[in-house]
Amino acid sequence: MSSTFEQIANIIAETCDIPRDTIKPESHAIDDLGIDSLDFLDIAFAIDKAFGIKMPLEKWTQEVNDGKATTEQYFVLQNLADRIDELVAAKNAGTGSAS
Amino acid sequence: MQLETFQLIDRIVDLNLDAKTIVVEADVPPDSHSVFAGHFPGYPIMPGVLLTEAMAQSSGWLILGLTKFERMPFLAMVKEAKMRGFVSPGSVLTIEAKIEHEGSGFTVTSAKVRVGKELKCNAELTFRHIPFPSPDLRVHMDALANKIGFPLQAMSNG
Repeated sequence: MSSTFEQIANIIAETCDIPRDTIKPESHAIDDLGIDSLDFLDIAFAIDKAFGIKMPLEKWTQEVNDGKATTEQYFVLQNLADRIDELVAAKNAGTGSAS
Repeated sequence: MQLETFQLIDRIVDLNLDAKTIVVEADVPPDSHSVFAGHFPGYPIMPGVLLTEAMAQSSGWLILGLTKFERMPFLAMVKEAKMRGFVSPGSVLTIEAKIEHEGSGFTVTSAKVRVGKELKCNAELTFRHIPFPSPDLRVHMDALANKIGFPLQAMSNG
């Protein structure tokens, strides 16, 4: 089974028509790949479906706006993959996820 | 439909918050309406963009119900919009919408427009939704909900 990063990278490549080989674990979705908020909605939809989760985009955005987190924590793809793994683990543990 | 004020939905027929579905009706204006003067002379048909907006408004009422009128949906994306048949003046549209996905701050729906049993168009629609950005807008939506028969009791049951 492919890694979470691989799955995300494939989703981004397909959704945003970005060459797959330009998408790296260290890529920043916004700053490096130029993904805008509308395209990210499409990506979030695909990731939610693929992993059976609900990425808490509003909570993440609020944390960034409040200065409690940086965009790198959520939008550098390896970090995004780690967040997704946490959400999947929480779901499997039956603790649910914040929305 | 009141095209001048962009109110495309006339009646809510069914709202099921458990199944996350809605059915509404909309009366297409007669051929004397100005929209048909240009679309098209001698061959009046409903513009596809207005049919798409009707699907969006139908989905919007469903999202309003699911969020208990605490969040206002705004159309963000239209995918796979297919205009499958012409819609004539005076037609009665039956529009069905259902939730495909509820994300964080966004919702994806699918919607279909029928005239009688004939499928006229369908699309997948994505909405961002945010807390009501204006008290006036909330008042307006409440009034509109009352006008089109939005079943407020469905929210207390849901």
